[in-house]
Amino acid sequence: MRALTYHGTHDVRVETVPDPEIINPRDAVIEVTATAICGSDLHLYDGVIPGMMPGDILGHEFMGRVVETGPASTLKKGQRVVVPFTISCGKCFHCMKQQYSACDNSNPVETQDLTEPLYGHALSGLFGYSHLTGGYPGGQAQYVRVPYSDVGPIVIPDGLEDEQVLFLSDILPTGWMAAENCDIEEGDTVAVWGCGPVGLFAVQSALIMGAHQVIAIDHYPHRLELARKFGAKVIDYRQTHVLEALMEMTGGFGPDAVIDAVGMESHGLTPDNVLDRAKQTVGIGADRGHALRQAILACRKGGRISMPGVYGGFLDKFPLGAFMEKGLQWRTGQTHVQKYSKDLLRRIGEGEVDTTFLISHRLSLEEAPEGYRNFHGNQNEWTKVVMTP
Amino acid sequence: MPPKNTPPHSAVRAVAVSVCVGLLAAGAASLWLSSGRNRQDRRADDAPGRTGRLPRYGDYAVVGKTVTINSPRHELYAFWREFKNLPRFMENVEAVEASGDTLVWTIRGPAGSSYTLRTRIISDRKNEQIAWRSIDGSDIDTEGKVMFRDAPGGRGTEVEAIIAYVPPGGAAGRAIARLFRREPAVQGRHELKRFKMLMETGEVATANNRKLA
Repeated sequence: MRALTYHGTHDVRVETVPDPEIINPRDAVIEVTATAICGSDLHLYDGVIPGMMPGDILGHEFMGRVVETGPASTLKKGQRVVVPFTISCGKCFHCMKQQYSACDNSNPVETQDLTEPLYGHALSGLFGYSHLTGGYPGGQAQYVRVPYSDVGPIVIPDGLEDEQVLFLSDILPTGWMAAENCDIEEGDTVAVWGCGPVGLFAVQSALIMGAHQVIAIDHYPHRLELARKFGAKVIDYRQTHVLEALMEMTGGFGPDAVIDAVGMESHGLTPDNVLDRAKQTVGIGADRGHALRQAILACRKGGRISMPGVYGGFLDKFPLGAFMEKGLQWRTGQTHVQKYSKDLLRRIGEGEVDTTFLISHRLSLEEAPEGYRNFHGNQNEWTKVVMTP
Repeated sequence: MPPKNTPPHSAVRAVAVSVCVGLLAAGAASLWLSSGRNRQDRRADDAPGRTGRLPRYGDYAVVGKTVTINSPRHELYAFWREFKNLPRFMENVEAVEASGDTLVWTIRGPAGSSYTLRTRIISDRKNEQIAWRSIDGSDIDTEGKVMFRDAPGGRGTEVEAIIAYVPPGGAAGRAIARLFRREPAVQGRHELKRFKMLMETGEVATANNRKLA
């Protein structure tokens, strides 16, 4: 089959690799009909996530048609499914608590060894990501082996197009969980750093959940326009002092909840970010946390921090004093995708959630390297790339 | 003041290095002083002995690991007690044959070789514990046990496995010794995790895309 493979920083190629097959009883193999490039794929592309190996097949946002099933799979050949990017067994303590992204069993034991010393616990398995999360072959390919196919994939009814439902794999539930982690109450202002796909879905979700207002912060005019279309007020940090503006736009309170939808590769020419960038460049620091630091300073006393943005290592110059003294609460994590699949599929079907607005470019899988280059280098116009094998 | 023939920047560097060394020394001294006040006889704490900072078992090396498995105690005990099941999650064990109280383990060695270990079951309490010890004259002097306890809050069963062994010498056992010395803790951890996977999910996780040839 053809697949997009990783070969180093800013070096991805479409290659011919062996087709996957059923290995475990609960497996299924799906033929991919649509797959997307995620903002977190760009962290891999930039080489800032450890544990990547040459030849790894990327991609964790994908859907397709079931072509093979193991004896314990509940799927049927021919069914259309969207596959969550989190690989979850559905049987362990964490899965039973619907903490699917904390699954104990999906990361093979050998690769569990990689994260135990680094994070204190082994991480669960993810598709098309680092070997820290199992090194599972991903979905920017013609075929994917899907473990625990009786738990993860959600079957899509006829009448819904691929593009409407594809984002159930990651960014829609991720934006939704980010808003849910804000515990939104009546009258609340939610401020969202980063108007990438997750940030934009977080804007939409927070408004559905009853936020009084959502303020979106970015520097790309086109992305700010998309946020505005969903009813957010926007702040362009290139023209405005963010902290001052947020205080003035919230009656002097500061936002009740803040969402860091930026993660470890923060933009912005500020002293802390320049230093973080230098450390990242020479390899002594993984994370650039400028957006998070600013969000903590902005958040009102007793407020909530929700962090869907991806981080990998250690952060310094962290405003721990502000965090403690203001009595903030902090919730984060990889998304528990399976927890939200059904509810969000219903909301898409009923037209409550709009997903297709995001897609700016449609390519073939063969054009994937160009997709990465542009999604990385031209973030204003390239808001989301969807590919068909 | 630096000597006249020394360029000024090396003086700056010398000052910087002195400051850093001074800071480190001050930090270490202050930590040492504060911990020194605390030195006294200690009652043993409640942690398992194998997690101690100093070895406590004489010639024996002791490794162990606890996992919680979301399955009832009797199922886990029964699966383990059927010893021919063990190779399904013990990577280095090719086969286990039981005759009465004696177990004969065929263990994979380096480069395609294999070794035999004979053990005797020294304790077997239904749904609670199984323990075994190497038979006199075995190349490896080892003792192990696995314990099954109800986990709190309906979380299933806590499974704790402990293996004690004397890192062996002797010509025949050397390859095994190397194998054992190198990674007994890692192997034990992997085996218990595979046991958990198998019991909870019915399979052992793999990221491979194709069956191994």
